[in-house]
Amino acid sequence: MTTEKKVTLWIDGVKVTVPEKSTVLQAARSINIDVPSLCYHPDLSVLGACRVCLVEVEGQRNPVASCSYPVAEGMKVKTSSTLLRRLRRDVVELILDNHPMDCQTCVRNGTCELQKLAYDLGVRERLFQGERKHFEEDKSSPVHRTPDKCILCGRCVRVCGEVQGVHNLGVQNRGFHNVVAPAHECNMIDSVCIHCGQCVNVCPTAAFTEQDATESVFEALSNPDLHVVVHTAPAIRATVGEGFGFRPGTPVTGKLVTALRRAGFHKVFDTNFGADLTIIEESAEFISRVQKKERLPLITSCSPGWVNFMERFYPELIPLTSTCKSPMSMLSTLLKTYYAQQMGIDPKNIFVVAVMPCTAKKFEASRPAHMAPWGKPYTDAVLTTRELIWMLKCLGVDFHNVEDGMFDSPLGVSSGAADIFGATGGVMEAALRTAYEKITGKELETLEFEEVRGVEGVKETSVEINGLTINIGVANGLQNAKNILDRVVSGEKEYHIIEIMACPGGCVAGGGQPYPPDGMHVLDPELARLRARALYSIDGSKSLRKSHENPAIELLYENFLGAPNSHLCHELLHTHYEPKYPRGVK
Amino acid sequence: MEQLLELRRKAENRLQKEKLSSKMRITVGSATCENAAGANEVFKRVEELIRQHNVKDVSLSRVGCTGRCDMEPVMTVFAKDAEPVKYIAMNPDKAGKFFESHILKGVPVQALLMPHKKKEVGAFSEEKLWAGSRLADRFSPVFDDVDFFGKQMRVTLRNCGVIDPESLDEYLVVRGYQAAVKVLTEMKPQDVVNSITKSGLRGRGGGGFPTGVKWNFASVQKSEEKYIICNADEGDPGAFMDRSTIEGDPHTIIEGMIIGGFAIGAKQGYVYIRAEYPLAIKRLEIAIEAARKAGFLGKNIFGTDWDFDIEIRLGAGAFVCGEETALIRSIEGERGMPRPRPPYPAVRGLWGKPTVINNVETFANIPVVILDGPEWFASIGTDKSKGTKVFALAGKVCNTGLVEVPMGTTLREVVYGVGGGIRDGKKFKAVQTGGPAGGCLPDSCLDTPVDYESLTAAGSMMGSGGMIVIDEDSCMVDMARFFLDFTQDESCGKCTPCREGTKRMLEILQRIVEGKGVEGDIEKLLRLGDTIKRTSLCGLGQASPNPVISTIKHFRAEYEAHIREKRCPAGVCTHLLTYTIIPEKCIGCGACKRKCPVNCISGKPKEVHVIDASRCIRCGQCFSACKFDAVKRK
Amino acid sequence: MKSELLKKEQDKARAVFPEKVVRYIEECSAKKNPDSHLISVLHKVQDHFGFLAREHMDAVSVLMQIPSTKVTGVASFYHFFNFTPRGKHRISLCMGTACFVKGAGLVMNKLKDLLGIDVGQTTTDALFSIDVARCVGACALAPVMIVDEKVYAGVKPEQVAKILAEYGFDPKKAKA
Repeated sequence: MTTEKKVTLWIDGVKVTVPEKSTVLQAARSINIDVPSLCYHPDLSVLGACRVCLVEVEGQRNPVASCSYPVAEGMKVKTSSTLLRRLRRDVVELILDNHPMDCQTCVRNGTCELQKLAYDLGVRERLFQGERKHFEEDKSSPVHRTPDKCILCGRCVRVCGEVQGVHNLGVQNRGFHNVVAPAHECNMIDSVCIHCGQCVNVCPTAAFTEQDATESVFEALSNPDLHVVVHTAPAIRATVGEGFGFRPGTPVTGKLVTALRRAGFHKVFDTNFGADLTIIEESAEFISRVQKKERLPLITSCSPGWVNFMERFYPELIPLTSTCKSPMSMLSTLLKTYYAQQMGIDPKNIFVVAVMPCTAKKFEASRPAHMAPWGKPYTDAVLTTRELIWMLKCLGVDFHNVEDGMFDSPLGVSSGAADIFGATGGVMEAALRTAYEKITGKELETLEFEEVRGVEGVKETSVEINGLTINIGVANGLQNAKNILDRVVSGEKEYHIIEIMACPGGCVAGGGQPYPPDGMHVLDPELARLRARALYSIDGSKSLRKSHENPAIELLYENFLGAPNSHLCHELLHTHYEPKYPRGVK
Repeated sequence: MEQLLELRRKAENRLQKEKLSSKMRITVGSATCENAAGANEVFKRVEELIRQHNVKDVSLSRVGCTGRCDMEPVMTVFAKDAEPVKYIAMNPDKAGKFFESHILKGVPVQALLMPHKKKEVGAFSEEKLWAGSRLADRFSPVFDDVDFFGKQMRVTLRNCGVIDPESLDEYLVVRGYQAAVKVLTEMKPQDVVNSITKSGLRGRGGGGFPTGVKWNFASVQKSEEKYIICNADEGDPGAFMDRSTIEGDPHTIIEGMIIGGFAIGAKQGYVYIRAEYPLAIKRLEIAIEAARKAGFLGKNIFGTDWDFDIEIRLGAGAFVCGEETALIRSIEGERGMPRPRPPYPAVRGLWGKPTVINNVETFANIPVVILDGPEWFASIGTDKSKGTKVFALAGKVCNTGLVEVPMGTTLREVVYGVGGGIRDGKKFKAVQTGGPAGGCLPDSCLDTPVDYESLTAAGSMMGSGGMIVIDEDSCMVDMARFFLDFTQDESCGKCTPCREGTKRMLEILQRIVEGKGVEGDIEKLLRLGDTIKRTSLCGLGQASPNPVISTIKHFRAEYEAHIREKRCPAGVCTHLLTYTIIPEKCIGCGACKRKCPVNCISGKPKEVHVIDASRCIRCGQCFSACKFDAVKRK
Repeated sequence: MKSELLKKEQDKARAVFPEKVVRYIEECSAKKNPDSHLISVLHKVQDHFGFLAREHMDAVSVLMQIPSTKVTGVASFYHFFNFTPRGKHRISLCMGTACFVKGAGLVMNKLKDLLGIDVGQTTTDALFSIDVARCVGACALAPVMIVDEKVYAGVKPEQVAKILAEYGFDPKKAKA
């Protein structure tokens, strides 16, 4: 047992003992004294820039920023006083004075941290108003940048660099002219941005938001000529409830389906079907590569943020990455081919909406490789979980009280293996369930691969299949992924199969997921764990838990695709990658 | 030590041959400012003449700045058995006259010499120039001749204007590197720290933190790697102490850093210097190279088992990089933004290793403390502020220049004694110390002694040493705006109060000087100032409201005149001025009428002219055009 | 291990700079803490080109393998670096306190007026650009104006046009 050195201090007269490396803010929060803060984020490096979390420490001339101030034995801290209230208020007003006054029309109205602070700290009048900064908005990519709303807390810069290892966002210029932007203040679409949307998640205001797709979906729904279908990603069922007051980790699959029907979608399918299909195609690819001993390891390609990252930062890994389209794109493609054919609908009249936990999916949908032959994307609109929540609210759907519904057949049937795609390690577990049985021809005794579960950034394990040791790597968060990828590039370690999810924790913590409720925060491992648990519980409660046993998939191959990795499969379900510029620096 | 003494003997021999034995030694001040004033041309002219006439027994060298900025270029002549004399405001023509008379005939050109002679310093001898029981004792023959220098004491600047900064030999002859050798061969690191602590030396960069205490923090840290940094990023507008020191005596800095490195256990030093100081950089590079060649830097320095080397890193124009943690970021190749302290650099600094940062002036004092003894050093100055302080005295003062006075000298003695009072018979209004982070002190504060505590108590601060004298022609609101404009522009933008708050203060000041001030603006300035002072991340942000707060404190009436009466008492704020023609003085020459860009002046020739105030754009052309002081500006 | 793709890109980046700059960058990259030399490298590049163009900064990023957002973030932080070509004659006006007290502000107004440009800009005929110096340390000569290498001391607003004329300034072409 490690015995960490502890120190004892007094905060507002309350004695508290904490590890010696704690900050005053951590100590205060450990005893439920909520010092207001803004630039501070528990899972990112400490900046100490906003000066909101001020406290008084006995013996110090001036108040100190509690987020960065280390605790010390016998320290006496005051977190509230007339002076502190005034100073915090003035600091927040100064931020507000350089911020647009359009709270009512802002997409973050109600979820904005600045708005909440201004209220909490009592900014009721503006004493120091003056010139406001102005920069051009950047709506070039799925991640919109509105620098006028940026308060320079630097969270996005830190998440982009520290967590995602992308280093696209940085503070440019100096002083009052500071702006968070890619290099040369260029547009996001021309930058090394991978559209993962983690900046959107951590942004306290609306300086980063997702491209809005709701308008086009509303329009499609009201167009009588269109057959509007929707499919929802595995992770949505674990998070969409949060938008309606459910505790994080509450599975709401049935309500989600009904709510979507109420919203007016003609058919409600499950991206899970695409996930099962991905497993079949990917395992076939994997088995063939293992047998031929070529192009190993196989690296998964479900996460569009990762695919973008790979093309810019690790183009040398292109040959190793699975050519399988993501579940979303597989299903959308089938909707405009197989489904259209089955239903006798002109695919040009089908409008496919995908609800995704992800901003990069918006980018994926627009990739030229995902266009139908007639020039329109297979996926017409991608909604994030957040956008869907707002749409349902706008439409007055009483999410809480709707009865459970069932996905439409046949593209709504799925195995439990597909549900767990939304959690880091889920794709790997699903693939292993299928690959193992395909290779050995034997039935797995235990379906749970505990070694690849959990929210740790990097997981490595080995599995024996038919006497062959399969080395497995699983990573979430791209900075973590570099860990494994660099060893692949250098040849230092031999892997057979690797799963990479761009977002830390996987899709359950994707860049399009709901802003966390009070008491939790973005990047909170606990939040990812709760959401993932919902998915594993769904999987556990299903009787169909292996992709290759999905009867609808079997039927699909029989009636339409032929065999896995067939010519048609390649045409419809696989894609290709190419190096992208500007290239990222690892 | 033997080895060093041997080196010194050799250096003396070399110099003996070339310079010391010559009948006449001529030095031309050639710091950046002197070169700007034309010192280079003077040097070249004299050199050329000496060569042309094949004059023997005359040596010519460049030296650093003696500090007589307003008389540059300055040339000093040390002739055997004669009083040293200084030629001022030289140019190639004057150099020709000097050569004809002084060099060829031995008769100084009286008309070109520095006036205000104070006392006879006696016949010159090499002894006086080079020797002395203490390092700071070579002052007299070079400086001790006029009032300007009489009140001064040259410790930091002891070699500036005395030795050739590009010659290691000359530095060696003035006991250079003797302190370093003493430390390396006779002292333990802790002894060095103790000596510095005992001397009472405090950081000269502005904060005034005790140097010994800082060194001690770093020395007790257990780390394989430690660093020592010389902060030469002199960013205060109106300050050039560090530049002059490096340009005049670069080896002193190297020696100070060697000693500091040994004391704390750092084997690598960095000099962080402004890219805007090309000459200082060049001289420092020459000095480092010479020191390396001599074995004073590099592996096994001075033949001991200690390694120490120095690298130069260039700043790129960011005032905030004077702040320790920002400077560290800049050396690391990052945006120079400060980070919260603690941890302090002495614990976690450059690349996370224990690091000591001192400024140029602090390092220049180190050899003195070691060789002349901490007790002697501590005997200079006041109870809490020991030693001397260098100031860059500028503004509306008679003698502009670089001055060094013992701590505790009053502002009055500096402004009137050294500075010679206010130029052009104008009235003194304020003295600004501490740079943009300091404050403006009125005449009621002139008896404030120059030391860390007293200046702070008076509402200003020591700062790095800028001292600007302001006369009645300056508007204090405008001054405050100028300084805030500077800090606003230089704010790194990391923390909210400094980035946003200074902007708002500046806006308020701007509207006051434009005549748009309203009741309550002063209170808003004070409130914002207080918030910024208490909440900013770094020292620079915390100090940024000082010029405003101090001018409100001492010159509140001037603010009120701007706000309530829309009047600028000093007649500076153009938006608040009115121009009228005084009928009694106007002779009707029409000069003002011809200059007026908006044709708002009317009047027939030889009759009194009138300005139409409603159309006047307050450009002031008429005011400057009138030769009869008939245009009144108020 | 450097990938082939990276090598190719670095070759392309090398072509942006003259040999001595490339050599300097490579020397810096070989040192301990290579990233810390970014500012020195930018100095070197600006010394050569007079300014930092986008392609220069991108090439620095590729050669030093420093994310380009950091390169531009650092470059745009420091006032010393500029991003547009400077004029043939670079005018630098000291705005230190001493110069300000002695009227540098008025000189600056005149300068801007005559040339019709702001600080940091270059005239359309590419003849002049104006920069502000924070303090050149020649306070006794205040206000100080430097054109190229030449120092003008005690400059008054009415002298500005004459000084500029030495460098080919044509008052007729000036903004009214």
